[in-house]
Amino acid sequence: MNPYYILDTVAMRQGVHNQFDCTDCHSYEYSTYPHKAELKLEPLATCLDCHAGDEATAKYQFEKIDVEFKKSIHYQVYGENFTCSKCHSQHTYRPIARTSAQVTEIVKFDNNMCLACHNDMKEYKLMSGRNNPQIRQIHDWLPNQELHFDNVRCIECHTEVVDGLMVSHNIEGRDKASLKCAECHSTNSRLKASLYKYQNLQKRAQDGSLKNVLSNESYVIGTHQIPILKIISYIIFFAVFAGIVVHGFFRMINKK
Amino acid sequence: MNSNNKLYFYPLWLRIWHGINALGIIMLIITGLSMNAGVESSFIKFNVAVNMHNISGIVVTLNYLLFLIGNIITDNSKFYIVKPKGFLKRPMKQAYYYIWGMFHGMKAPYPLSEKRKFNPLQKYFYVLVMYLAVPIIILTGFALLFPELIFEKIYNISGVLITAVLHSALGFIISVFLIIHIYVSSIGKSPLENFKSIITGWHHI
Repeated sequence: MNPYYILDTVAMRQGVHNQFDCTDCHSYEYSTYPHKAELKLEPLATCLDCHAGDEATAKYQFEKIDVEFKKSIHYQVYGENFTCSKCHSQHTYRPIARTSAQVTEIVKFDNNMCLACHNDMKEYKLMSGRNNPQIRQIHDWLPNQELHFDNVRCIECHTEVVDGLMVSHNIEGRDKASLKCAECHSTNSRLKASLYKYQNLQKRAQDGSLKNVLSNESYVIGTHQIPILKIISYIIFFAVFAGIVVHGFFRMINKK
Repeated sequence: MNSNNKLYFYPLWLRIWHGINALGIIMLIITGLSMNAGVESSFIKFNVAVNMHNISGIVVTLNYLLFLIGNIITDNSKFYIVKPKGFLKRPMKQAYYYIWGMFHGMKAPYPLSEKRKFNPLQKYFYVLVMYLAVPIIILTGFALLFPELIFEKIYNISGVLITAVLHSALGFIISVFLIIHIYVSSIGKSPLENFKSIITGWHHI
């Protein structure tokens, strides 16, 4: 049997659609085996068929995602052929960015969605008809590549940031990717608009720990990551400077 | 060695160490500040600042080994030994001299001699900087060069964050020390006297 037709049932049971039976979405005729060949051609529901206007899943903002997605390079090049399920497997998808407390887990899960095609010769060629880009070579310019890949999602640099959405689905072409260190490593980091903003808010709501209140500038370099240390360092510096000026002044007077 | 009220306090190896250390640390402070100012607003180009900082860091580290080895094989280390007797009283007296006494005709309470190269306050600061701040800043600096070695989380706080903040906070403390160090050096027979000693090795009593 074609291995692509075998579903990972464990992953399915962990996925968002775990409460459904196969025939909730697929034709009832699948309940007989061997399945009829023409069933492969059955029209299937798209995500929006169920989720548009659905109150239970309103917080995921499917309509807004759709608007953003329509602007993306995926839609621009492949049109309706590029369905949601190209990235989000309807069988196994998990909303990990909302449920996981580990940034690295979120990053890995999310990046695997991209890498399933962009780092897979067969899959990429099947969709695009071109050979797949060499992920590592293309990102050669990035310092500490490994560290970035493990801790930053592809989409942080490759999508337009939309504040209201957790993930903008407007994935842009490579010429529009963010190449500037400062866009993340600065006080108004673009990372805050998506993953880390969500993480920080969530954590603060959970434990209100001091660290999260003090520091929301993790991607700034050095002590300035913690705003209060920046203020303290200025105070110490000016106190020392003033002390030296006063001391020097009295030394001069004393000499005369 | 002693001739005409002059003491040969600073042997050649120590002067070489001090010179390299001074230049290296000034480099580190300038490039460190530049990086802290932000990736784009920095006054030295960011990747240039990073490279210069890394190279200076390695030079200062190797030089620190020279300081350690020099102190082990010569008797220079004895000047750094802090005695429990008058643990707080002695440096306080020196501080009092600097803040009040020297303007009111008080004589330096701990005049330098062949046996005493540093006054108590100076000794405390040197010990804290050279045997506490510098080793930690070297360790955290190398950790940041190889960030994959750092603990991912220490009590739910990012290990890289703690390392980076500790590194730059110590950098700041050492910078403040440097400013005070240079200023206090101007308190001597004449303001430039101690700076001459850096070159010649001889100290006027």
